[in-house]
Amino acid sequence: MKINTRTIVAIGIGSAVFYVLNRFVSIPSGIPNTSINTAYAFLAFMSTVFGPLAGALIGFIGHTLTDATMYGSVWWSWVVVSAFVGCAVGLCQNKVNVEDGDFNSKDLLFFNLYQIAANIIGWGVLAPVLDILIYKEPADKVFLQGLTAGAANLITVAILGSVFLTLYAKTRTSAGSLSKE
Amino acid sequence: MFFGVSCFIFMDITTAVEFRNFTFQYRAQSAPTLYDINLTINKGEKVMIAGPSGSGKSTIGHCINGLIPHYYKGAITGKLLVDGQDTAEMDIFSLSRHVGTVLQDSDGQFVGLTVGEDVAFALENDMIALPEMKQKVLKTTQTVAMDPFLKSHPQELSGGQKQRVALAGVMVDDVDILLFDEPLANLDPATGKSAIELIDETRKQSGATIIVIEHRLEDVLWRKMDRIILMDEGRIICDNTPDEILSSGILRRYGIREPLYVTALSYAGVKITPEMHPESLNSMEVSDYRDVLMNREKQITPVSQPSPGSEILSFRNVSFSYDEGGRKILDNISFSIRRGEMSAIAGKNGAGKSTLCKLICGFIQPSAGQIMLNGADASGQSIYERAQTVGYVMQNPNQMICKAMIREEVGYGLYLRGVQQDEIDKRVDAALKTCGLYPFRNWPVSALSYGQKKRVTIASILVMEPDLLLLDEPTAGQDFRHYTEIMTFLQELQSQGITILMVTHDMHLMLEYARRSIVLADGKLICDDSAARVLSDPDVIERANLKETSLFTLAQKAGLDDPLNFIENFISHEKELRS
Amino acid sequence: MATSTKILSYIPRETPVHRLCGATKLIVFLVWTIVCMLSYNTFVLLGALVFGIIVFRLAKIKVSEVRFVLITILVFLTLNTIAIYIFSPEEGVKIYGTRHELFRFSSRYTVTQEQLFYLFNVMLKYFTVVPIALLFIVTTDPSEFASSLNRIGVPYKISYAVAITLRYLADVQSDYVEISQAQQARGVDLSRKAPLKKRISGLIGIAVPLIFSSLDHIDLVSNAMDLRGFGKNNKRTWYSERPFSRADYIVIAVTIIAGAMALYVTFRNGSRFYNPFLPK
Ligand SMILES: Nc1ncnc2c1ncn2[C@@H]1O[C@H](COP(=O)(O)OP(=O)(O)OP(=O)(O)O)[C@@H](O)[C@H]1O
Ligand SMILES: Nc1ncnc2c1ncn2[C@@H]1O[C@H](COP(=O)(O)OP(=O)(O)OP(=O)(O)O)[C@@H](O)[C@H]1O
Ligand SMILES: [Mg+2]
Ligand SMILES: [Mg+2]
Repeated sequence: MKINTRTIVAIGIGSAVFYVLNRFVSIPSGIPNTSINTAYAFLAFMSTVFGPLAGALIGFIGHTLTDATMYGSVWWSWVVVSAFVGCAVGLCQNKVNVEDGDFNSKDLLFFNLYQIAANIIGWGVLAPVLDILIYKEPADKVFLQGLTAGAANLITVAILGSVFLTLYAKTRTSAGSLSKE
Repeated sequence: MFFGVSCFIFMDITTAVEFRNFTFQYRAQSAPTLYDINLTINKGEKVMIAGPSGSGKSTIGHCINGLIPHYYKGAITGKLLVDGQDTAEMDIFSLSRHVGTVLQDSDGQFVGLTVGEDVAFALENDMIALPEMKQKVLKTTQTVAMDPFLKSHPQELSGGQKQRVALAGVMVDDVDILLFDEPLANLDPATGKSAIELIDETRKQSGATIIVIEHRLEDVLWRKMDRIILMDEGRIICDNTPDEILSSGILRRYGIREPLYVTALSYAGVKITPEMHPESLNSMEVSDYRDVLMNREKQITPVSQPSPGSEILSFRNVSFSYDEGGRKILDNISFSIRRGEMSAIAGKNGAGKSTLCKLICGFIQPSAGQIMLNGADASGQSIYERAQTVGYVMQNPNQMICKAMIREEVGYGLYLRGVQQDEIDKRVDAALKTCGLYPFRNWPVSALSYGQKKRVTIASILVMEPDLLLLDEPTAGQDFRHYTEIMTFLQELQSQGITILMVTHDMHLMLEYARRSIVLADGKLICDDSAARVLSDPDVIERANLKETSLFTLAQKAGLDDPLNFIENFISHEKELRS
Repeated sequence: MATSTKILSYIPRETPVHRLCGATKLIVFLVWTIVCMLSYNTFVLLGALVFGIIVFRLAKIKVSEVRFVLITILVFLTLNTIAIYIFSPEEGVKIYGTRHELFRFSSRYTVTQEQLFYLFNVMLKYFTVVPIALLFIVTTDPSEFASSLNRIGVPYKISYAVAITLRYLADVQSDYVEISQAQQARGVDLSRKAPLKKRISGLIGIAVPLIFSSLDHIDLVSNAMDLRGFGKNNKRTWYSERPFSRADYIVIAVTIIAGAMALYVTFRNGSRFYNPFLPK
């Protein structure tokens, strides 16, 4: 396997950041049980910058860690969904050019198309199906749960994820652009 | 036969590093950062690279260890040979067999969960079997005296101890070139001194070539260096022995602080020559200059501070520990600061200086005692309310920066307070000029060096115009020119009535700018007195890991009666020169 | 926004459970969660729970040391159970195929034996993994974790990514605390009083420096690792790896046999559920 060290470190530290954001940096949105959670915006951001493998693993490790240390238990169904969302958003890596300083609205559009699809499939379909298969929970409940979580994440990523990407792209400089004035 | 020949050639190589007409330009830059470098460093030599901030010192280091071009992309012309091999044909792994790098940030370099794992890291990658690995790790940690800490976590170690671990981590691989990028930046004076001793002993034991990049020239010269390489704007200005370089006075011209005793002697009109061996005060014969030095001395009464105003901050029996019932980081601290004062907080790594700053800002609450701000109990005030009075520049600039671009970052606090945009622009420009960042104002923060980032955070607090300015190591990693600019500006602020409290490891800065210093050791406040008196008390120096400055040593060696007055003279003379 | 940074982590002790290799505990943990995930058989779940509690005692972990986690999970389980009932009061009837009504709140919300038994099983299923997951977390030395992953077949680079997470977790957490304080000092308002839009921009004000400083960290650490030869070979050795002892082999063997038996019991009669309502 040929993965470069930077991706490995991004997975490692990214998972730690995912955990910290998940635990501390979220605010209730006003709708019960759903919050504006920066962790998923961060996940989408890292997937776009570091690719699908990094996205999948940050989602997987970060979510497992959160579950394990907060609840003393791991819900693999939702962990798998986090990994799926990370991976799916990461597929836009080649379409969205954040590194060279010419990030524009077309890139932003692609990013959002991917993340919308990823969130709908992940939270709206995959999560409830797994919940039914594994835990035999009632279908209406898990679909409603999945869809609210999906919608909340989708909106959060659309706002915060786009902000993160735009700010990051600004720090990337195009070749030969820096000179003292 | 063929093997024999190549082997012979390999054995014959005496140069460790050789740059030939080497030029490098970062991908993002519009001009090269290194121009036409020609430099040879021989095996077993010990050289220092000095130069102003942004002159390309770290860039040279990155070329030698292979991060350029492995990580930093750009255009290279010319040749670079390491151990006789062309680096163009080597990848970073084969280079890492020759060059061991100790990065400036020893915290970031500490990749293992414990000391043992971190030291073993390179061996693990080389697939060394477990028994042999354990043995090697033990042996190497013994040479840096860290073997009792094999199971310790990075959070439990002091800055100096982490540096030792970093050194062990590269030594374990038997490399023959050791590269240090600002090893002293965050160390207290005594720890810095022992770090230099450790580097020297390493060389004696292993015969490795040593390359040290540092701003603190005098501290590095605590042990003998073979050569100093002076850089400016990406070129090598001068490459010679310390004795020659110190005699030529060239360092001052490039805005680098020479050893204080050298400066003092030349102020006194002594002509420094290589024969005097100015590289070390110990080896210099200074008693001859007693009269010259005496003659110049005027009796100086310390410049009177602006008449002390009302109390702005006071600590009353404050104690603090991070976890309830745990170790007391601060124990029963009491002091008070008056308006318009400029004071320093000093003490060894981990003594609780940054913790004290956080208490003042209300980031954390005392577990006992009281903090008064502007004469009122501060315990009920939120972080934001306190921030109206106190501006805090944190030790680590990365924790403060939240905008991508320099201008936005500096103006962000004003924006949050709802200040008009044109007013913001005006104040931001002024602060950027003060901090020497105006030419970079439209750059992203990420393209700056560490020292430059630190200045960005100072600027972002300056624009807020607080009454009490709290600076955590404002000059760490700065070159002398920017150091002087920042400090001069702070003095100006002080004369306008702003109170300044700064944490520092720089003893001369303390003497020169802060007339009062508060010294912490092991959680206790052990001394609160004028800086000069603090530094003439051997007991305080010992307990708080401080160091007397070489001016003091010089005065003593030359047999002057009143070393403190000598130092006062020096400082006031420098002030005259500047104005 | 929470400020407590308490976190469940390794508690070193001298017990037989602590002495087992990390890889062994990882295998037990994985088999355990897989079995509990697949099975809905009351006896299997109860057995696993009881056995988990026994091992828990063996490891000399006090309940007070994990109390905050236990409370969180119990709250979660209660809410979840109530939610299931609200959404589908007849789920048990659907599953077990019979109907023994006890009483009713309204025409929709009836209480049946089947539903109660189903809800009991759901809670049990969620709760059974708790003792073993807690045990795994508090008795496994983080230093050993990466090598354990590698040993059970995870590629070493990915295993090392997990080691990095464990190494930098505390750093990122204290970074977060300091950043949020510095931003509050500059005027970022995070209190509940602030309007939503302001709070969102406050979130950005904290998340962005945390992300940027982490990106810096990523560069720094990956450079440090490259400079020390990470990834030059197809394998690597591990300083903190321990050799398997006899106890390890025995525990692994027992776990796998017990796991297989549990699955056999579960799927013996074609359904994952144990059905007490079935006419004999
Ligand atoms: N990754 C980069 N991309 C573009 N420019 C860079 C990069 N790194 C450094 N530079 C530029 O190269 C110049 C030299 O930087 P370098 O880090 O070598 O300076 P330095 O002498 O080590 O300074 P300091 O003493 O502050 O550490 C600076 O002007 C800096 O802006
Ligand atoms: N968040 C924290 N939790 C627990 N302990 C801490 C925390 N921050 C610091 N400490 C401990 O408190 C002590 C004092 O730390 P502090 O950062 O105040 O030292 P300092 O005097 O600023 O050192 P330096 O000169 O290296 O900056 C250290 O032993 C450190 O390990
Ligand atoms: Mg540098
Ligand atoms: Mg400090």
